[in-house]
Amino acid sequence: MGDLAALLGGFGDALTPANLAFAAIGVVLGTAVGVLPGIGPAMTVALLLPLTYALEPASALIMFAGIYYGGMYGGSTTAILLNTPGESSSVVTALEGNRMARSGRAAQALSTAAIGSFVAGTIGSVLLVATAPLMVDLAVGLGEADYFAIMVLALLAVTAVLGSSRVRGFASLFIGLAIGLVGLDAVSGQARLTFGVLQLIDGIDIVVVAVAIFAVGEALWVASRMRRSAVEVIPVGRPWMGREDWKRSWKPWLRGTALGFPFGAVPAGGAELPTFLSYVAERKLSRHPEEFGKGAIEGVAGPEAANNASAAGTLVPTLALGLPTNATAAVLLAAFMSYGIQPGPLLFQREPDLVWALIASLFIGNLLLLALNLPLAPLWAKLLRIPRPYLYAGILFFATLGAYATNLQAFDLWLLLGFGVLGFAMRRFGLPVLPLIIGVIIGPLAEERMRTALTLSQGDWGGLVADPLSVVVYALVALVLLFPLLRRFLPARLGGRPAPVPPSDPGVDLREHEEVPR
Amino acid sequence: MSAPAAPPAAPATGARPARRPRDLSQLGVCAFLVLLGALVVADAATLSQGLVDDGVVGPRPVPYVVGAGLVVTALVLAVDVLRGGRGEAEDGEDVDLSAGSDFKRIGLLVLVFAANVLLVERLGWVVSGALFFGGVAKLLGGRSLLRAVAVGAVLSLLTFYFFWVVLGIQLPPGVLDGVL
Repeated sequence: MGDLAALLGGFGDALTPANLAFAAIGVVLGTAVGVLPGIGPAMTVALLLPLTYALEPASALIMFAGIYYGGMYGGSTTAILLNTPGESSSVVTALEGNRMARSGRAAQALSTAAIGSFVAGTIGSVLLVATAPLMVDLAVGLGEADYFAIMVLALLAVTAVLGSSRVRGFASLFIGLAIGLVGLDAVSGQARLTFGVLQLIDGIDIVVVAVAIFAVGEALWVASRMRRSAVEVIPVGRPWMGREDWKRSWKPWLRGTALGFPFGAVPAGGAELPTFLSYVAERKLSRHPEEFGKGAIEGVAGPEAANNASAAGTLVPTLALGLPTNATAAVLLAAFMSYGIQPGPLLFQREPDLVWALIASLFIGNLLLLALNLPLAPLWAKLLRIPRPYLYAGILFFATLGAYATNLQAFDLWLLLGFGVLGFAMRRFGLPVLPLIIGVIIGPLAEERMRTALTLSQGDWGGLVADPLSVVVYALVALVLLFPLLRRFLPARLGGRPAPVPPSDPGVDLREHEEVPR
Repeated sequence: MSAPAAPPAAPATGARPARRPRDLSQLGVCAFLVLLGALVVADAATLSQGLVDDGVVGPRPVPYVVGAGLVVTALVLAVDVLRGGRGEAEDGEDVDLSAGSDFKRIGLLVLVFAANVLLVERLGWVVSGALFFGGVAKLLGGRSLLRAVAVGAVLSLLTFYFFWVVLGIQLPPGVLDGVL
């Protein structure tokens, strides 16, 4: 009951005019960047991190949460209207959504995505309220060694399970861990990897790394392979759904939510797998299986709900354990840290007002998004016509602003450029960027936990596995590492019929899909 | 990073040839990883153990693990590359994977960026930012350099005053010191 009262208190804080305004700014901005190509919610929050110097923690985090949810809504718009999902989690939405749009049902596809996202986001937020305190209760009893084990699991899970090539994921992770090493070692006071450069003593600012990898890397990557032909945007009217559309949508929304949330909440879930599973499930359960591949509304409703529910689920480990599992949550964590607040079990005790205001703002943001998206969809679609040179020049401009304003030193801009080139090379060579970001953020925290645990055990490595829980977690780690062997048996069971999108490699099918004569 | 001059043509959209040519430029990634790993280990080796022997709690074990991880990953990746594996280059709304990489444009962009870094404190945020925006937009295919610079000037003026008035952060005024 205490949580409910706290949540109500959170609504009180989140509903002040100022915070309401920040929530509104957040969702508008989030939707816009979700729609805009080349720029996503993670990059946007990274670019806005300098604002944390001027804003109250609650206001800034409410705005960032709005961007997080808004980005999910906006992402479906591009997937449906352009058939070019900006994020891997909207790949499945594009399958049926774009077919619907092509057959003149763009409005219905956008509505079922928006309403489904609202339903899933709201239920997901309720589940967040219900499960986060439970996870906190569990986590409070964790020792340093257990915590270290869980961090290792999260790092490896993000690296090994998501993405199509594990070795490339590990390459990215280790680069991130190496970046995280730079700076003064907190325990011994010795400088690591600074090469005598004074500005590196404090370590490399996560803002600079995140902005460089997400924004500069992406801008360079797009610049190297700019699409010459103008993209074709399918015109939309005002979204609405007929009775039949509602009838066919509501069950997929609920099923998608049920699939998405748990996947988001575990440290290895992500949004790709549940959206795919939801798609397969809907195709199996549909009374119109023949429509799949030609624009079945269930194929939009389910995956979109799964996508948003997973976004809400991701906040559970982010807030309760301090372990983000997607890029936006990782940058959100960086925002907490720039206020000197460490998310984790103690967050709910030390900053209850902040956490509950943030959670309350999720409900408010969802409602705002629904109100914003249904009537304004045609307007959002116009954003797709923004001239590309200006768009990417703007991204680079704001990237330099974000990196420079953090410390007001030109040195950070050199770092920005260097890591930007790294981000470009990673995209070129198919190295996923998420493990790097998570490695930079979690790596130093994990090292600290490990060394504290080892100090407590007086240097005995056995101290890391003294607790049964950590042993269980390491068993899970082993399972994650052996996953490819197990996965060989999975697809046959998952699909029944040959699946249209192999879960391991959504990119391939996308290309096939794009081949449709225009 | 060793950038390949001409990457093997990306598979044509949709055609999906069964056998793709090996992309040996990826070995550059392996070399980078090995170098980085060696650097991390070499740097860790220079750290002193401290007055007391802090053993495993000291600053060295983690860099050793990370460095070793980098080298091992590089080796596994090299094997993968030689067997014909390749990274799935990232797709996106504005990315045309079937087009070859335009490295001249990347080089010019990096130069414009570097110029901005050098100029930002001399010319100031507003002037340098406007030139930067204009230069990038022009490089990316914008029609009029003048218009792009004008747009950039508006942006950099707005951000300058926003940071100053709202956030209390003064970006370098540079040559416009006193005017702004």
